[in-house]
Amino acid sequence: MENIIGIFVKSIFVDNMIFAYFLGMCSYLAVSKNVKTAMGLGIAVIFVITITVPVNYLINNYLLAEGALSWLNKRYADIDLSFLSFIVFIAVIAWIVQVVEMVIEKFAPVLYNQLGIFLPLIAVNCAVMGASLFMQEREFTNIGEVFSFSIGSGVGWLLGIIGIAAIREKLSYSNVPAPLRGLGITFIVTGLMAIAFMSFSGLTI
Amino acid sequence: MSQKEPLFSAKNIKLFTDPFNSGNPITVLVLGICSALAVTVKLQPAIVMSLSVIIVTGLASFIVSLLRNTIPNRIRIIVQLVVVATLVILVDQILKAFAYEVSKQLSVFVGLIITNCIIMGRIEAFALGNKPLPSLIDGLGNGAAYGMILVTVAFVRELFGAGTLLGYRIVPDAWYLKNGGFYENNGLIILPPMALILLGIIIWIHRIINKSLRDK
Repeated sequence: MENIIGIFVKSIFVDNMIFAYFLGMCSYLAVSKNVKTAMGLGIAVIFVITITVPVNYLINNYLLAEGALSWLNKRYADIDLSFLSFIVFIAVIAWIVQVVEMVIEKFAPVLYNQLGIFLPLIAVNCAVMGASLFMQEREFTNIGEVFSFSIGSGVGWLLGIIGIAAIREKLSYSNVPAPLRGLGITFIVTGLMAIAFMSFSGLTI
Repeated sequence: MSQKEPLFSAKNIKLFTDPFNSGNPITVLVLGICSALAVTVKLQPAIVMSLSVIIVTGLASFIVSLLRNTIPNRIRIIVQLVVVATLVILVDQILKAFAYEVSKQLSVFVGLIITNCIIMGRIEAFALGNKPLPSLIDGLGNGAAYGMILVTVAFVRELFGAGTLLGYRIVPDAWYLKNGGFYENNGLIILPPMALILLGIIIWIHRIINKSLRDK
């Protein structure tokens, strides 16, 4: 249990998707002009990461990894399909984004209207794919850890995008040098935020 | 049939050089920052990453452009993803076979080329509406412009962060404080945040030179 909470906190603050690995930067830069839309996209990302990463974990452990097929038959014990993982992961992500979109449209139309335009964008959000690939690399021992890792990564991403959106709202009133306006100052502010987040490194629970 | 266009016609050369200045994928179009800044601590992985991205963008644009009249419009995204993912798997397997050390350093970031927005962006914006050869050139140009930024960032970070370039020592050993000199490596610049700040500075310089790109 402590391990699960530890992974959760670590994936929010120490291994933050935006500030430590620069994942999901495209939508982070494109959709951070105001806090409200940033919030919508962040929640959609948490939603999709929390579903896709555990599904990919099960697929990886029971179909793709070396010896994973041995539950079917002893003869398959030395089959290693892990080279297929990229294509399977991206297919699963694209598929789940579609399913999530349809389910939300059917059962929660209000939420669908809020998230609507962001959902399809998430299929190519690097943070979602990155979380699946990190899950494969870090070799978690059980699905509880994978869940806490995926929720934590999503929450960390949400924190990042809300922070930059709030700062950009204020920045639009300040007198930034003309060549630095827009993209340039956003990168530099993100860098400064990342330095602040580095103070969490070494945090253990 | 129309007259055959030479490979190095003015139009094709412009397709290749445009991404380096006013159509730069990173500093102007804001595409593809995601996957690769984390590999810019040292020059060598950055160069390998750039080459991989150049190959994948070029070939993916080429292949999608060949298929552009047969792909049904509704499922084009998934078809493009499959083409890109296949190419990335090939690159990953080749790296694992011939450059194992580098592929360990790149870890998950080779896989993340799939979700690199430059590739999907160029396919959607260019390859779906153009002939294979111009698409190939456009893909290669965009990949190269992206690689140029990566290599620039990595050059600064390795030079000031470790005093080496490609593993060769540039700052002499005798200059270091521990050997009685005056110099110390900049520890801050090898931390992740400095990659972002360096990129901000590159954009700043680019927009000082090219006034038409400035935000209003």
